[in-house]
Amino acid sequence: MEMQNTYRIGTGAGFSSDRLEPAVDLIRHGRLDAIIFECIGERTLAFGHRDRRADTTRGYNPLLERRMRAVLPLCQAAGTKIITNMGVANPHAAAQRTMEIAAELGLRGLKVAAVTGDEVSHLIGPETPLQEPGCRLAETGREMLAANAYLGIEAILPAIDAGADVIITGRVADPSLFLAPMAYYFSWAQDDWHRLGAGTAVGHLLECAAQVTGGYFADPGYKEVPDLAYVGFPLAEVTGDGAAVITKLQRSGGLVSQRTVKEQLLYEVHDPGAYLTPDVSANFSGVHLADDGKDRVRVTRADGGPRPAQLKVTVAFDGGFLAEAEISYAGPGAADRAHLAGAIVAERMDKLHGSNGPIRIDLIGVSALHASAVKYPALAQDVRLRCAMRASSQSEAELLLWEVEALLCCGPAAGGGYRGHITPSVMTYSAFVDRSDVQPQLEILST
Amino acid sequence: MSVSVPLRQIAHARSGDKGNRSNLAIFVYAAEHYEVLRQQVTAERLLANFGGVLRGPIKRYELPNLHGLNFVMDQALEGGVNESLNLDGHGKSWSAMVLALEVDLEDSNA
Repeated sequence: MEMQNTYRIGTGAGFSSDRLEPAVDLIRHGRLDAIIFECIGERTLAFGHRDRRADTTRGYNPLLERRMRAVLPLCQAAGTKIITNMGVANPHAAAQRTMEIAAELGLRGLKVAAVTGDEVSHLIGPETPLQEPGCRLAETGREMLAANAYLGIEAILPAIDAGADVIITGRVADPSLFLAPMAYYFSWAQDDWHRLGAGTAVGHLLECAAQVTGGYFADPGYKEVPDLAYVGFPLAEVTGDGAAVITKLQRSGGLVSQRTVKEQLLYEVHDPGAYLTPDVSANFSGVHLADDGKDRVRVTRADGGPRPAQLKVTVAFDGGFLAEAEISYAGPGAADRAHLAGAIVAERMDKLHGSNGPIRIDLIGVSALHASAVKYPALAQDVRLRCAMRASSQSEAELLLWEVEALLCCGPAAGGGYRGHITPSVMTYSAFVDRSDVQPQLEILST
Repeated sequence: MSVSVPLRQIAHARSGDKGNRSNLAIFVYAAEHYEVLRQQVTAERLLANFGGVLRGPIKRYELPNLHGLNFVMDQALEGGVNESLNLDGHGKSWSAMVLALEVDLEDSNA
């Protein structure tokens, strides 16, 4: 039987630090029309802005050079378009660096597009309402680092139309990175809510890479995943109605099943009937899944309605420093000694140092992640005390590390294995801006 | 006669975060267990069993064609991954935690 006209789209990365070799494998053997590298999170975007402030030629994904070096020649040879938000806070610099790498590799005739316009700090002011704290920006008392609107397919379509082989964006809604080339290929109208909703479901399923191919799924004895060490990244065979088969290379590890697809379909979804992106209000509640051979699941009946009137903006603020320090206790009474050590740290941080923020005390091996949920018998004989707090300055953060390290001589018996680290932090809140105030821009570079 | 089993025996789950909001989707392996899930795994039961970790109010969405439920919790993550002092600031481990919940199956269902 002749296959209907399909668009083959794969995932090259599902988060900023994702693996590279599954992407290379997929490009080599997947016969892809496009591969998408999704690399921005709420935190990584803010860190990108920080990098860019320190050096105007930086602010893009730290793995961009390594990734481009590996995939540019393969994608050019295979005719596979690359679309990525690896531009993070500086798509222009990322595109320029990509051009330099292409030149070093001797690649000719390559068109690289930088999509910008997501940076909207000029639209955000002291009076801007922030969604989650439910206050105005000025009331946070914090310094704004950056504000980025989630752009949609409108921002990417002109770059495809201009014939770009590599399209590098900043903040674009994750599913939109996938939806744009599908919508272009099948000429879906920008108010064809049914197909845009269906394509958004496909993009959403692909956007976290291995999370639909057996990653983040294995539970030995209950959910077995073959060859997870070499889990492959997904690809979708999309048809003009927006239906798709989610699959992976047979040579790769992992699996695609209705179970992996279901888990990913609702991942980070709230109302399944109204998954909002800049392009559409997608409706996943009627999605139908069917097996279509080994590691092949057919996804149909995703739908959509009119897109939201406003665009969501991530506003990032300086979040001070996260201080974390740990020390271990083992043998009989380990939990009691760790508990005592934690109480000493809390007491001294409060009384001697006047620390005003909360200090979290975890007894790893007894109760940590779900500390207050479950009462464990404190019989564990291998316990790690973790103390954590937020500090507004490096020196305040250092006090916590000092107090935990001092337990070595001054604390309970037999503590060892101190480690401490201080991590600069950002905080992010959401705001909304009118779509008409945001103007995506396109810049094309060619070798 | 009915038999009590951990939810893990009949269902799988995944949780995700957006800012300070968490979602937790639970799916039964076998379609015939969907009613067990729907009737016994309520927001109230989650709060009663895991109230120290999960916070209300919890909104529940039913997905009969996927044989699953989606629970959504606002203001759930101690400020979210950028603010929480919890090692699991995403709340990702919650999906495994809730599978410890006991559910009653009719003997013929077990």
